[in-house]
Amino acid sequence: MQPINEMKFEFISRSSNESFARATVAAFISQIDPTISELADIKTAVSEAVTNCIVHAYNNKFGTIYISVKIYENGRVIIKIRDKGCGIENIDKAMEPLFTTGGEERAGLGFAVMQSFMDNIKVISKPNKGTTVTLEKSIIPRIVKNG
Amino acid sequence: MGVKLVSQGEEVIAFINGDIDHHSASDIRKEIDAITEEKWPQLLKLDFSSVQFMDSSGIGLIMGRYKLMQRLGGKLLIVNIPSHIIRLIKLSGLSELGIIKREDETIDATHK
Repeated sequence: MQPINEMKFEFISRSSNESFARATVAAFISQIDPTISELADIKTAVSEAVTNCIVHAYNNKFGTIYISVKIYENGRVIIKIRDKGCGIENIDKAMEPLFTTGGEERAGLGFAVMQSFMDNIKVISKPNKGTTVTLEKSIIPRIVKNG
Repeated sequence: MGVKLVSQGEEVIAFINGDIDHHSASDIRKEIDAITEEKWPQLLKLDFSSVQFMDSSGIGLIMGRYKLMQRLGGKLLIVNIPSHIIRLIKLSGLSELGIIKREDETIDATHK
């Protein structure tokens, strides 16, 4: 199925770009009239994925983060967050709630939040090549919400 | 954006404003810790009423302050949590520590 709309953007992995990234994705998705709660879920999930790129993939060195968003006819939204960083050696381990290599101030909940707030998440990673996180969520059309 | 700190008696209250993400959390943490370690309050209150957005960095921030207050022999309380953050708090399991207060009720495990 072809998306009815799509966009791509990229930016360097500065932590000050975290709010830019989630706001940009939210602004694009706003055209299909999501609820505030659906939009908050998406912003949170995108923020988790982008933070992972900055903290883990590029380990506080600068690299490029690539985001694409596709919107489909039925309200399905697919967001890809990609980096060319260090990759994840053990994806199952990384996705365990509370597991973190990020130190005391990191909760280890990034993937758990993405899983809980989105309908579907897929992670593809190769050590030293990078990671792609695909997030999927169906935005329920307003007519159905009201009906 | 940021944090406003009020110290009164045995209490320090931190009014957190704007977004809590990985970027903003480190400055918020430094400011809260500086006054807390100086004043050694019995109660550190984090007021979330003006938090517009929070991701799991906010959970890390709360956990870190919880440990800090344990070390100082005091208590931590999170107050005025907006409804859009409740889901994240519940997912984190933080509600089981008995430090979350929303309006007049303390959210505990039974409210899940």
